Amino acid sequence: MGKTLFEKVWDDHVVDSINNGPSILYIDKHLIHEVTSPQAFNGLNNRNIKVFRPKKTVATADHNVPTLNQHLPIKEELSRNQVDTLTKNCKEHNINLYGLGHKYQGIVHVIGPELGITQPGMTIVCGDSHTSTHGAFGSIAFGIGTSEVEMVLSTQCLLQYKPKTMLIEIDGDLKDGVYSKDIILYIISKISASGGTGYFVEYSGSAIRSLSMESRMTICNMSIEMGARGGMIAPDNKTFEYLKNKEFSPKGDDFLKTVKKWGNLKTDNNAKYDKVIKFNANQIEPMITYGTNPGMGIKINENIPSSAINNSEESFNKSLEYMGIHSGEKLINKKIDYVFIGSCTNSRIEDLRVAANTIKGKKIHNNVTAWVIPGSKSVEKIALEEGLNKVFEEAGFEFRQPGCSACLAMNEDKIPSSKYCVSTSNRNFEGRQGPGSRTFLASPVTAAISAINGYVSDIRNHL
Amino acid sequence: MKKFKKLSSKLTPLNIENIDTDQIIPARFLKAVTREGFGDNLFRDWRYDNYNNLKNNFILNKIKFDSKILLAGRNFGCGSSREHAAWAIYDYGFRVVVSSFFADIFKNNALNNGLLVVQIKQNILDQIFDKLIEDPSIYFNVDLITQKFYSTDGIFEEKFEINNYNKTCLLNGFDNIDYLLSIKEKIVKYEEKK
Repeated sequence: MGKTLFEKVWDDHVVDSINNGPSILYIDKHLIHEVTSPQAFNGLNNRNIKVFRPKKTVATADHNVPTLNQHLPIKEELSRNQVDTLTKNCKEHNINLYGLGHKYQGIVHVIGPELGITQPGMTIVCGDSHTSTHGAFGSIAFGIGTSEVEMVLSTQCLLQYKPKTMLIEIDGDLKDGVYSKDIILYIISKISASGGTGYFVEYSGSAIRSLSMESRMTICNMSIEMGARGGMIAPDNKTFEYLKNKEFSPKGDDFLKTVKKWGNLKTDNNAKYDKVIKFNANQIEPMITYGTNPGMGIKINENIPSSAINNSEESFNKSLEYMGIHSGEKLINKKIDYVFIGSCTNSRIEDLRVAANTIKGKKIHNNVTAWVIPGSKSVEKIALEEGLNKVFEEAGFEFRQPGCSACLAMNEDKIPSSKYCVSTSNRNFEGRQGPGSRTFLASPVTAAISAINGYVSDIRNHL
Repeated sequence: MKKFKKLSSKLTPLNIENIDTDQIIPARFLKAVTREGFGDNLFRDWRYDNYNNLKNNFILNKIKFDSKILLAGRNFGCGSSREHAAWAIYDYGFRVVVSSFFADIFKNNALNNGLLVVQIKQNILDQIFDKLIEDPSIYFNVDLITQKFYSTDGIFEEKFEINNYNKTCLLNGFDNIDYLLSIKEKIVKYEEKK
């Protein structure tokens, strides 16, 4: 029987297997950041060992860095200490660090692909659940805990149980105003925040093929929000074209040879998945979440369900109470206070371009505070060259510096208690964007047009 | 890693589904560079209001704390991969989390820290939640050797699954990193072959 894409990459990285136990999986690329790595380095120091393969780990500072005045020392002491600790650890262990001020600094899942660190067929891990982003290149990429970061630093391997495989196929043409964020929010609303647990997902179908690499990254990024460890897309010409001439991509003849090899990274015709789910692209509309897990999403004009879907009644009611909304009500035209365009889900140059295009020449509503946080220094650079920062600033947005920012509100960028934020990030959990904050997840264009109107808006009314 | 064999304790019921790791420990408390002390901020925003006053109706503030087993709704530990969630639960004093469904990364993180996760059927979980409303003082036992979770009064008895490898690690306090370091030759051979 043939193999799925996942099985091909997995089998290629199994060093050994424990009888009736986990496999020892070799890791090609390890990304680290300041928040989930310090305890792992402490572990190495306690054992008095060095990083086994320092060239296979790349570091950046992103989770708790300020998004203003990055040239100044970090004001907040604990954050500064964490970033300094990362710098010290990378120096001691000879690891490449793209720290604050470096031209390659940025959100770890933005810089991996844009530097060509992420490549098809690789195993990639990071102490961050959105590592699934890198699966857009046909790699097995997933988030790990700090003990596992320590395993990779000390042996370049992980003990892993092979997950089951799931195919999510989306065929057909996407409607106007529908973006990849809407596709993934639609999928999660259908299969729930736990529907993918225990699985590794492959996305395929003509609608997926039609997407750019950056849009594919948005889809794979949120695989974890349905519980799946990761999601991947078979590489194709778009993938190869994207990787051409990237900093760490193979060059010249090497590149051509490697592309030939990458071309084999696809599921065999007679391969079997443990589960197959199919969707029709023309059923998908602009989406928005109303609750406190990413599975609680609706089409932007729909009513909030009158009773629980995929949740117990009790959890559903608790969620609506937190959000200050009622079942049966609509979100469209609901007054909002904040708009956040950023995060590893939607902070790449294409996201900034479509958002800028939506608001060009308009002004944001008086009651709205709106932030744009580019995903990396490289994204910021292109945005400045194209004058996108001016478009945003003239509309009343704040155009800030790269980092995770209000996606998880570890730095100063917090949504105040009980305020509503239309956010392009990935999680609407209670307090995720700051204690008491209320998040509506949506695409960059939905966020942008809502900032202008001051209420949740349907981009299709403005096309 | 600390060993785990068996324990007996009251349950701390948290009948909420999809408890994500942001609830277990909010991101703003992840700024430490060591593993200790996260228990202070376990379920921070459910335990305290915006002015840092205790919320009296939250379970951990309601009863005198003498429980080592957390009983939680389905899909426990979803969301972020932060191992701080497992550290916070352990640091607070829990040694076992019982639910009908766990998120993958949380499960790995828990087992890597000697925190046992016990998965039981949804209908049994519901029955235990109901039972605890009547009698919160009922004792439960977790026996890793026989893989059984049962109430001292004999009403509930559930078998739970755990992989042999993880079971051996927990029973003996073995560490994955020690194991991986012991097979370094094989890892080098794999690299050479590639």
